[in-house]
Amino acid sequence: MIKKINILGTPTQDKLNLFVPMGIFFIILGFLDVILNAHFKINLTSFLPIWLNYFAPLIFGFLGLHYIRIEFSGIKILDNLNKNINSNGFNALLTLLILFVLIQNIPPLLNWLFFDADFIGTSKEECSREGACWIFVNVWLKRFIYGLYPNAEIWRINLSFLLLIGFIIAGFLVPVKAKKYIIIFLLFVFPFIAMNLISGGNFGLEWVETAAWGGLSLTFIISIFALLFCFPIGMFLALGRRSSAPIIRYSSIGFIEFWRGVPLITVLFMASVMFPMFLPDGTYMDKLVRVIIAITLFEAAYMAEVIRGGLQALPRGQYDAGKSLGMGYWRMHLLVILPQALKLVIPGVANTFLALVKDTPLILVVGLLELVGMIDMAKSNPDWLGFATEGYIFAGVVFWIICFNMSRYSQRLERRYKTDR
Amino acid sequence: MNIKNTTKGFTDFFKDNSKIRNYLPQILTLLFIVFLIGYFTYNAQVNMDNRGIDFGFHFWGQEASFDIQFSLIEYDGSHSYGRAYLVGLLNTILVAVIGIFFATILGIIIGVSRLSSNYLISRVAEWYIEIFRNIPLLLQLFFWYFAALRALPLPKEAINFFDVSFLSVKGLYIPKFIWTNFDIFIYSIIAAIISIIFVYNYARKKQEQTGTQTPKFLISLGIIIVLPLLTFLIGGVSLSFEYPILKQMSETIFNYVGGAKIIPELMALAAALSLYTATFIAECVRAGILGVSKGQKEAAGSLGLTTGQILRLVVMPQALRIIIPPTTNQYLNLTKNSSLAAAIAYPDIVLVFAGTAMMQTGRAIEIVSITMATYLTLSIAISILMNWYNKKIAIKEK
Repeated sequence: MIKKINILGTPTQDKLNLFVPMGIFFIILGFLDVILNAHFKINLTSFLPIWLNYFAPLIFGFLGLHYIRIEFSGIKILDNLNKNINSNGFNALLTLLILFVLIQNIPPLLNWLFFDADFIGTSKEECSREGACWIFVNVWLKRFIYGLYPNAEIWRINLSFLLLIGFIIAGFLVPVKAKKYIIIFLLFVFPFIAMNLISGGNFGLEWVETAAWGGLSLTFIISIFALLFCFPIGMFLALGRRSSAPIIRYSSIGFIEFWRGVPLITVLFMASVMFPMFLPDGTYMDKLVRVIIAITLFEAAYMAEVIRGGLQALPRGQYDAGKSLGMGYWRMHLLVILPQALKLVIPGVANTFLALVKDTPLILVVGLLELVGMIDMAKSNPDWLGFATEGYIFAGVVFWIICFNMSRYSQRLERRYKTDR
Repeated sequence: MNIKNTTKGFTDFFKDNSKIRNYLPQILTLLFIVFLIGYFTYNAQVNMDNRGIDFGFHFWGQEASFDIQFSLIEYDGSHSYGRAYLVGLLNTILVAVIGIFFATILGIIIGVSRLSSNYLISRVAEWYIEIFRNIPLLLQLFFWYFAALRALPLPKEAINFFDVSFLSVKGLYIPKFIWTNFDIFIYSIIAAIISIIFVYNYARKKQEQTGTQTPKFLISLGIIIVLPLLTFLIGGVSLSFEYPILKQMSETIFNYVGGAKIIPELMALAAALSLYTATFIAECVRAGILGVSKGQKEAAGSLGLTTGQILRLVVMPQALRIIIPPTTNQYLNLTKNSSLAAAIAYPDIVLVFAGTAMMQTGRAIEIVSITMATYLTLSIAISILMNWYNKKIAIKEK
């Protein structure tokens, strides 16, 4: 009887009833060892030599997974399990390693993040310091979003962004004919209304200098303005790079390659310390405006390459058709080429915008404080020393939510525009 | 009437004369560029005259009189600005090389894991990519530097790696290599590389002529191990290590002395750059592997090649062709992103040169131009190198 059961042999379907319980027993033993070890400081296998003791859960788990690796067992769950995480010894080992690492690290992490953390309060003394101190984020939240913008005037930023969201929603709801006007209004009129509303200085609004702008709202302001202006510039550069006129082509290539070859940080340095030297004596340009111009030109070069990709993807026949209809250069591009090319590059444009949003924290090096900069400021406040981790995690989550959704959206666009080609 | 006629005549002349229609926009562009450059130069001149600064690169040889906390070459305050620039440049290249090395390894592992048949592994790889790709690099850098590395123990309770390396909040201390006759060792490695190139050329020719394969990998492995080893035995090269030792500075302050120190800024920067860039490289690798059609593998298998040969001779050359161009872009991005070092005070070219040196000399135009030109040169150098390699492995159509 004993001879028939080959313990280390390949488990087969006919001995299902023996191998499956045995495998499950070993797997449970392995996991139990890890859990007890990690969270209850109990070592089941302390009698083993130290090197074996360390690997005991892995060995148990490996044996267990080996026993339940039965082909065509007829049990649906078991078959799925074997196919997906337990197809061979190497895979089984990796599966176990990942699960063990997760078991060891997730509960302490959750404890720190939520269960031991303090959420409600107004001062650092109310934090138990056993877990994260979210009071820090709570207290500074207004600063993280609005920067040093005066509290009494914050409604102006809120109103601007609410108006923007409102108009975008209106753009989706109104009939197609009116859509055009809303888009034109949003692109060419609204930015200036919003800028005026936020900076103030007229219509009875108090002037708020740009040094006080900051936080997450500054991230959005810079991103939106840069995107708005870099798109047309990038379009002209892309057309210029494909132009047959050598001077236009080479100056476009030079411009694009210059901006693509240097890091944004040096561009920002240029905008903040070098550019004022190039302006006529006595003129002053606001630092934020300089930075927005710099970021715009920087992103325009990337945008140009994206749009060029779309232009290149169009078959020659489209150009020939446009020309044979007697269209000139501009009419052909505006009516035939660009509408098709731009549709192709929507995902690329979304990716460029994503990169732009991720690049904005860099303005910190020239002294403009958006979200990351504000956290930098908050964590060096003498009353709130030692909460850098909480701040960075908060900023990370905020940026992650924004960027993740944008990248998902761009992937969806990509899929949508792929089908009709 | 007269006026109308001339206008018509002018447009006609303009429409018919295609040469002028071609040249006019170009001339206008040229004029615009020349005007813009002239205008900026004029303004800069006026501004500099008013402030009493003259344009020039004389500062290059002057004494820098500031210290740099981490340098690959000998440097102190008495050296020139030119030397300080070189220190910064070398530090930038150092962190870029370290970052590229780890990002490539990690990227390949993650990219392959992403395609694993193991559900857990591919999910873990996917979430790694989604998390690290969608958080701004600066934020990750700050997290590693201000949160993660600051949580390391003090030198007294440093994390001990086999009693030779110690990781503490002050940085990573590793044994220092002390060479004698180091140049001979380097020459032997150069000689080994040259002879390997010869072996490969010979092997290729032999295969083209006779069809027999030479075990070129084993031969080159032998050469690269044996030649430097010989220099130890007969060339008079020797290597010893200086280990870091914990020393009591005062009653409560301990620190390590001796050995080589890797500053935390470098560790944070290298970690952030490689973890961030690895996500992009992983996507390139995945796209490359998916890009090789199944038929290729099956065809190779039906020719009787082994699994290893299929991977090495059929799949990899084709996958590399897809992987390399976007990966080059990522290497370039990593090099440019290494300029974020300035935010955590790692002494790279931006911090040393566009930061400290500019504060001291006040020469904004010269210094920012030099810094930008340096990055442009680095970018162009990497892209030329990679284009050359790319061309080499591209499909050679008849």
